[in-house]
Amino acid sequence: MTDLTPVLTATWDAPESWKLGTYENHGGYDALKKALGMESADLVQAVKDSGLRGRGGAGFPTGMKWGFLPPDDGKPRYLVVNADESEPGTCKDIPTMMSAPHILVEGVAITSFAIGCNHAFIYLRGEVVHVYRRLLQAVREAYAAGHLGKNIHGSGYDLDVTVHAGAGAYICGEETALLHSLEGRRGQPRLKPPFPAVEGLYARPTVVNNVESIASVPSIVNNGVDWFTGMGTERSKGMGIFSLSGHVNRPGQYEAPLGITLRELIDMAGGMRNGNRLKFWTPGGSSTPLFTDEHLDTPLDYESVGAAGSMLGTRALQIFDETTCVVRAVARWTEFYKHESCGKCTPCREGTFWLTQILERLEDGHGTDADIQQLLDTCDSILGRSFCALGDGATSSISSSVKLFRDEYEQHVTDGRCPFDHAASALFDYETSPTAEEAHA
Amino acid sequence: MTYTAETLSGLERDAAEILGRYPVKRSALLPLLHLVQSVDGYVSPDGIAFCARQVELTSAEVSAVATFYTQYKRRPNGEYQVGVCTNTLCAIMGGDEIWRQVSERCGVGHDETTADGKVTLERLECNAACDYAPVMMVNWEFFDNMTPDRALRVVDDILEGRDVKPTRGPSTVASFKEVSRVLAGFEDGRADEDQGVGDPSLAGLKVAREQGWEDSK
Repeated sequence: MTDLTPVLTATWDAPESWKLGTYENHGGYDALKKALGMESADLVQAVKDSGLRGRGGAGFPTGMKWGFLPPDDGKPRYLVVNADESEPGTCKDIPTMMSAPHILVEGVAITSFAIGCNHAFIYLRGEVVHVYRRLLQAVREAYAAGHLGKNIHGSGYDLDVTVHAGAGAYICGEETALLHSLEGRRGQPRLKPPFPAVEGLYARPTVVNNVESIASVPSIVNNGVDWFTGMGTERSKGMGIFSLSGHVNRPGQYEAPLGITLRELIDMAGGMRNGNRLKFWTPGGSSTPLFTDEHLDTPLDYESVGAAGSMLGTRALQIFDETTCVVRAVARWTEFYKHESCGKCTPCREGTFWLTQILERLEDGHGTDADIQQLLDTCDSILGRSFCALGDGATSSISSSVKLFRDEYEQHVTDGRCPFDHAASALFDYETSPTAEEAHA
Repeated sequence: MTYTAETLSGLERDAAEILGRYPVKRSALLPLLHLVQSVDGYVSPDGIAFCARQVELTSAEVSAVATFYTQYKRRPNGEYQVGVCTNTLCAIMGGDEIWRQVSERCGVGHDETTADGKVTLERLECNAACDYAPVMMVNWEFFDNMTPDRALRVVDDILEGRDVKPTRGPSTVASFKEVSRVLAGFEDGRADEDQGVGDPSLAGLKVAREQGWEDSK
């Protein structure tokens, strides 16, 4: 049995956990004071040595990202925190910032000092106004306490932090689209290279990191590299927040060492609803290929999940039991990608449109066998041929579900209707509406 | 431009503060668009012209940006933006049925506003609260663990002019215009209001405390 390791989540049950005083009473900003007494290069090295990998989905080593910045040329360089959390299923950064905004602000201050940045930005998705209130207040409190601003704690180091609210666009979670949006443009991705480390915000060297990555930095500075590497597996170090949602008895945030298994997590979450069988799940959000109950014991680290054919992503574990129609689930995700496609590149813009048409037709019982092959062919035209990862992500649940549940797709065609009672998957009882059924007939 | 002198001077004062947050003017555009929504209740032609002047772009360029983002409204918005999450997880947990009943009660569909101007309905994409599914958002505050009955009660309260209270967040939901002002980066003094942190947010912490687990430091 793997023990849970609350670090980022440790203070969430404290009274007024979001306040500066609460955070300081739990040792908050000690790491910043320690960091300001260190050489910035040593801080970068420590994060490299810790093995911390990006917690926003891609899993790129955080310290290495910092190390890609070119040498200081005396002109500005930026830290931009990606707080656009929008990947379906992902719900870890929002509660972090709601309950413990200062852990992020302290991480921003340490990281900015390490990379030589004097103006950092937190790009928060706009659809979470109370989180924005908490962040604005946390930054204001941190300025007043001298943790931000001019000559921080007498170190001679200056840092300004701007918290910026987006306006509703999933694509802005893609780092170059986020930078475009932060520059006041449509949130469309840029060609890489040049990578943001070389030409990022305002074409200056920029580090873009996820909220959880940055929030992990103070604990590494406080407790040391060995403490961090003592958790996790060989190449996936440290702890991370695992977000369980769906058909489990106690969905929620479970902070654990990387490498914990879904079987352990479901057990901690009180088991499956009604003791039902697990049918399929996403290991890291809707852009990661589906797993089934065959993967209950796959260690949830980057390598093992990858080797099993999916991606650890954001550890957004969306759990669906045997009552769930996979075609319905996949059709809805695909509709999301169609809605959120930025329109810049043809494979994604047109592909997600057609995929949605075909999937809805199948789910409604009007599909043909040829439609199933057409789905796979269209996915082939998108995967690896889109401008950014949104297009690739759109194909994951489709390709994997056809592979795992082809017979279910075929049954929709044969029966001429969805074989599932949708009401059985809901968390409350309701009468299936006859008009809705007729609409499907 | 049809803003009164007083409205305009208020907007200009706020815009100056927003512009001061960024090293490059154009970065102020998103918060400026939130700001004009806080005055007009949508991104009006006047609002676009105002933003364009502030960041030295054409109105066409500002429109191109505004139309990209779903939170910027092109028609006068309801006092309450009510979103029912119908992304996969919430939809399957019951969001589709909640949507059907809420839409029926309001008599409007997606991106439509009730005749009294109270509610604009939206089929919402994932709002990062999946552990509280099914989720509804009212003016971007969390209404967690919804059922059709709970959702209808919220909607009825709004339609009948009563305040509504989110499950996580402030004591009451502010109006669309008030919330738009916060999104422009202006604090409204409500950050400490709290309905308590929800059980799902504490689920793992609770298990760890019961088991006496701590991280290895």
